[in-house]
Amino acid sequence: MSVDAFITEETIQGADDGPLADRTVAIKDNISTAGVRTTCGSEMLADYVPPYDATVVERLKRAGATLVGKTNMDEFGMGTTTETSAFGPTKNPVDESRVPGGSSGGSAAAVAAGEADVALGSDTGGSVRCPAAFCGVVGIKPTYGLVSRYGLVAYANSLEQIGPLAPTVEGAAEVLDVIAGPDERDATTREAGADADYASAADGDVEGLSIGVPTELIEGADERVIERFEATLDDLRAQGAETHEVSLPSVERAVQAYYVIAMSEASSNLARFDGVRYGPETDADGNWNDSFAQVREEGFGDEVKRRILLGTYALSAGYHDKYYAKAQDARAWLKQDFDEALAEADVLASPTMPVLPFELGESLDDPLQMYLADANTVPVNLANLPAVSVPAGRADGLPVGFQLIGSAFGEREIIRAASAVEN
Amino acid sequence: MSETPVDPDEVRHTADLARIDLDEDEVERFAVQFADILSYFDALDDVPEVDAEADLVNVMRADEVRDGLSQEEALRNAPETEDGYFKGPSVS
Repeated sequence: MSVDAFITEETIQGADDGPLADRTVAIKDNISTAGVRTTCGSEMLADYVPPYDATVVERLKRAGATLVGKTNMDEFGMGTTTETSAFGPTKNPVDESRVPGGSSGGSAAAVAAGEADVALGSDTGGSVRCPAAFCGVVGIKPTYGLVSRYGLVAYANSLEQIGPLAPTVEGAAEVLDVIAGPDERDATTREAGADADYASAADGDVEGLSIGVPTELIEGADERVIERFEATLDDLRAQGAETHEVSLPSVERAVQAYYVIAMSEASSNLARFDGVRYGPETDADGNWNDSFAQVREEGFGDEVKRRILLGTYALSAGYHDKYYAKAQDARAWLKQDFDEALAEADVLASPTMPVLPFELGESLDDPLQMYLADANTVPVNLANLPAVSVPAGRADGLPVGFQLIGSAFGEREIIRAASAVEN
Repeated sequence: MSETPVDPDEVRHTADLARIDLDEDEVERFAVQFADILSYFDALDDVPEVDAEADLVNVMRADEVRDGLSQEEALRNAPETEDGYFKGPSVS
């Protein structure tokens, strides 16, 4: 039974030798692969074939990995369920009546179904961690600047990072070891963290680890999720970790700030899709503006149009100060709150998603309700921090994810703590 | 009630700025959804200002010529080309 994890299945052989020589990797379809079409889950790029590899793809090939295909995703990464893909939904391998989460739902489903050993996703507001949680696998969102975005088709550049998904924490960390590190083709990459050995941090040793629990990220979560979360904290305490409550008042404005910033950046980034350099062949007529508007009406799905329009609105004269400038204030406030909380704790913990996986079709009609499901993941992107989602058992037969958030370039701490959750 | 009610004309104007044609169904649907979403965004009004100066460093490399895409590679995905150029709609 296929869960429809892939948009394109094609084998790309890496080097003969290397740390990932025996590993198959699935690649989210917004990460460029030379000669293999890269659709972003959109009609607009249904036939787009990149002339170059993303840096992460180059590094995987050099490490000996075998790429097995391009995975399904919400169109341009805009969604929490993988249902906004122009290529149809992906099913959750744990329960095929449910969504796999999004936007990297195909990558998580491919790993959970055993159709790839590991996978790459991209995380703009939770798009690696959400599907990892819903499919019962591990997903890492690296610190902003640890992994090159060269060749990642942009949605919201100031927020997104490419990250690994794998059945185990150590497996995900091994992929991070290969893809992390500065790249002269992405000026936002940093030297920090490049030489760290992430896989060796998965030693399960949390003796004396201090874990802060932000109360705002627990309130409002489904009771079945909270139950699994508390049981996991008990387990970590039994292994020698210490936990304490912290308060992050700014996270109450994180979803608003995230969507204003992400939509604003999207409205600018997606302006390039005008049907001239790439895009569907149409019989559009009229002047440039008429023709572009027709191509974009045909090529983009509902959620993409919604975000481009709201972003255009938020940046337009008279509204910029009310929405975009205030969202940037909220982002600075969040960073300050996280800095303070992480001065008193090694890592922070919360449920990855406040809800269990949705049923297919359940959330498509109410975009705002879908945005609210991102409450626990978007604060991390706004604060540029690293986080991991690790399976914390099941509730009603459905996977629950446990999120650990670290200081900037503190991937080793969250990997260590997450590996203790697996014990 | 939202401080920023959205009427269909405002959706049409924004769609025009964003160069996206919308049919009437979409305009009606988006007007309702945008009112909902924008009133949710109103909560940003009470966000405090935080003093946050980023440390900026120059990350630009020296301006030297390097290999880029060939003309053929650059044109490969274009729906229409002519004599080695992209072909766009007519300027009217």
